[in-house]
Amino acid sequence: MRQRLVVVGNGMAGARTVEEILARGGGGRFTITVYGDEPYGNYNRIMLSNVLAGVEDEAGIFLNDLSWYADNGITLHAGRRVARIDRDAKVVHADDGTTTGYDKLVIATGSRAFVPPIPGIHRPGRGYHQGVFAFRTLDDTRAMIRYARDHERAVVIGGGLLGLEAARGLQNHVSHVTLVHAAGHLMNTQLDPQAGAILRTSVEKLGIDVVCDGQTTEILGKHAVTGVRLADGRVIDCDVVVVAAGIRANADLAQASGLTVERGIVVDDQMRCSGERDVYAVGECAQHRGETYGLVAPLWEQAKVLADHLTGRDPDAAYRGSRVATKLKVAGVDVAAIGVKEAERDDDETVVFAEPRRGVYKSAVIRDGRLVGATLVGDVRKVAFLMQAFDRGLALPEDRAELLFDLGGPPVEVSPADMPDDTQVCNCNGVSKGTLVATVQGGCKTVGGVMDRTRAGKGCGTCKGTVARIVEWAAGGEVEEDPAASWYVPGVPMPKPELMAAIRTHGLKSVSAVFATLGGEEDARSKMGLASLLKMMWGDEYVDERDARFINDRVHANIQRDGTFSVVPQMKGGVTTPAQLKRIAEVAEKHRVPMVKLTGGQRIDLLGVPKETLPLVWADLGMPSGHAYAKSFRTVKTCVGSDFCRFGVGDSTALGIAIEERYQGIEGPGKMKLAVTGCPRNCAEAYVKDLGVVAIDGGRWEIYVGGAAGAHVRKGDLLATVDTPDEVVTLTGRFLQYYRENGNWLERTYAFVPRIGIARLREVLVEDRDGIAADLDAAMAASVAAYRDPWLERREPVTPGQFRTALPLTVLPQVPVPS
Amino acid sequence: MIRLGNLEDIPVGEGRAYAVGDEMVAVFRLRDGTVRAVSAVCPHRGGPLADGQIDNRVVVCPLHLNAFDLRTGCSTSEQPPLTVYAVHVDADHQILLGE
Repeated sequence: MRQRLVVVGNGMAGARTVEEILARGGGGRFTITVYGDEPYGNYNRIMLSNVLAGVEDEAGIFLNDLSWYADNGITLHAGRRVARIDRDAKVVHADDGTTTGYDKLVIATGSRAFVPPIPGIHRPGRGYHQGVFAFRTLDDTRAMIRYARDHERAVVIGGGLLGLEAARGLQNHVSHVTLVHAAGHLMNTQLDPQAGAILRTSVEKLGIDVVCDGQTTEILGKHAVTGVRLADGRVIDCDVVVVAAGIRANADLAQASGLTVERGIVVDDQMRCSGERDVYAVGECAQHRGETYGLVAPLWEQAKVLADHLTGRDPDAAYRGSRVATKLKVAGVDVAAIGVKEAERDDDETVVFAEPRRGVYKSAVIRDGRLVGATLVGDVRKVAFLMQAFDRGLALPEDRAELLFDLGGPPVEVSPADMPDDTQVCNCNGVSKGTLVATVQGGCKTVGGVMDRTRAGKGCGTCKGTVARIVEWAAGGEVEEDPAASWYVPGVPMPKPELMAAIRTHGLKSVSAVFATLGGEEDARSKMGLASLLKMMWGDEYVDERDARFINDRVHANIQRDGTFSVVPQMKGGVTTPAQLKRIAEVAEKHRVPMVKLTGGQRIDLLGVPKETLPLVWADLGMPSGHAYAKSFRTVKTCVGSDFCRFGVGDSTALGIAIEERYQGIEGPGKMKLAVTGCPRNCAEAYVKDLGVVAIDGGRWEIYVGGAAGAHVRKGDLLATVDTPDEVVTLTGRFLQYYRENGNWLERTYAFVPRIGIARLREVLVEDRDGIAADLDAAMAASVAAYRDPWLERREPVTPGQFRTALPLTVLPQVPVPS
Repeated sequence: MIRLGNLEDIPVGEGRAYAVGDEMVAVFRLRDGTVRAVSAVCPHRGGPLADGQIDNRVVVCPLHLNAFDLRTGCSTSEQPPLTVYAVHVDADHQILLGE
């Protein structure tokens, strides 16, 4: 038999909880009854300021209209208030005398406007003075608009988020608006005094008068409001007063019914009311671990936990509190407030930038190397990065200015709202903002899901951040967690460390064994990443299933747009000989290679070679593979060095050749492009390589890691300065092995190094704090020893038809068609 | 019914292309033992699908990673569909195309 679920409160929390329950199949488990104080379906309260401002009409803010309740078999008592809960009889009593019994009860009564006890604010027997309004409900908003239309001057009491929104909205209806705020600066809960002052200037530029430190002591006017009086005696003339002095949890019903109430209804990690078995509270009315929340994101999290728990999807689901981070447009000004607003401890580190003339303020608070707070006013371009750093405790850039600014980074980001629909977001695959939004509206609400459908972000990957922001914006804050985001590959639900542990525990030595044991379904898109990982982990013991390889790795050449391949012979350190050049020229002529091109890695590329010709070309070249096709160690670019260059201070060519000889073809999570340059003039571009070595005067060598000069441009971080080429070779191997073991699939070093943090890398690789340096060196040495030139497969193909063409038509085996 | 060749010509989990009259057919030998046949040219930019990676459901084009359901030919990345051919293997391990 179905259980009876009663939800008291039809606001954003109550309705969202019901939606989450239905999404988990709870419709079959519960008969659902919802009580709502307001005589409507469920609307987005956050949008009331848009209704007031006239940029949205009422219909646009409804989340679920009345028919939605009927369609889902929910009994909705709209406009009926619950007066009492009888916890012993498990019955709720409505104010019209009707009752409903429950097995499970959810209280989601939200909060109400806090109205300070100011003389004159109420009229005996009539509620509020007729010109005084709270700003909480749709009815409040309607009444305010209706009244303000015929009046001229408004005072808004309260300079927090809601008050600012009300002031901005009222400008749409009256000619003069004054904001009176009791504290010393605007939004004092979220902002420090300096940020508040800058916000104030911006708000004043919009034509709103602002009074801070203003205690309202009286509402003046007998029949109609004529003004407000402040504690210092000042009188501000006005004919409309809006009170937006904060909210308080609406817990009267719970308190009257005997539940534990402090600032809100006290709940545990399952949102269960203190000491109760079947009564829960969710949303702004709930107090969890001492916190009440007035933002929408924590409320969504609570609704999910409660739905998991109630439907039995995960009976032990636990809400552990939310880290408060918010980004809004407050009265037309962009504001983001994350975590703490200012330093709280003596050793907290604060980074501040203020530019009052432009209304820009940015600050970050750092504790023990992690971001614990950030504030942005007027320029919120860095908000995505800061929120991530805050949420995940990422390592922070050494140059703290990079927290607040993009220094030599990608160009200015436009906010998704301001972007025209036809803006091309993914320049590799030609995906527009409009396409992304349409995909979200079609029901796909994870970033990864949208990327899969549209292929946006699947090219060079630089637009991934923008794609994520558009998806989040289009989903209106309802973007769903993408559990797959942390997995090593999409087909096996585990992050890399867990996956590696499971592979070791079960002794999984082939890709098919991994799927069979850990993944369930075989997944084409996961095979290549798994093959790379298993090869790295098992070396000679790896069971090489050729179908797990991408075509490039099956035929040891890079597939081109027409289905032909490119051939790049090894040319260590970019140093060649006349004999080698002659040979390459002869091969190119003999096989009519359509294009011969110098590569960026100082080698020679023969382009347009058909697959079936590859073994012949390799044989005629008689040179080893340059690995210009794999997720592996590619090349070491060098400059002329000390033998010939009059500036060179170190023998870069000899060292480059030595590095390439040792680490040739070693596979990893991404390409590894290296360089050695003979002096800081950096002709070999070593600062922008995955690993770059720079000779400095005095016979020493600097090693930089995590550089890039592709779709993403980044100067590498200095890992170490060493005295000998041998140390360079050793540290190079150690860094590459650490990257192989800890890098996510396709995560290049320019992302990997900042993720781990250069300080941490120095600890592990140079100082050997974890005591794993010897293991890393040994693992790399084993991989080096197992290396075999793949072009030797020309002698005997590994699989039938390994080099048989898949294009073009004419050279395929002709199958006779019976007529 | 058209005989394409031996099943053993196609390594497990891979595909090979065959020219049948004027048509290009990519035949895949799935790891679950099934054999599937679809048109061999990716409708997006002409990529060689027989060089693509597969699982028991889809083939992924090697050029731009568009994916196609091997059973229905439908793209899972918003591309036009592939032609699907009936194919089976007889008792002598011969791959036969057609009903």
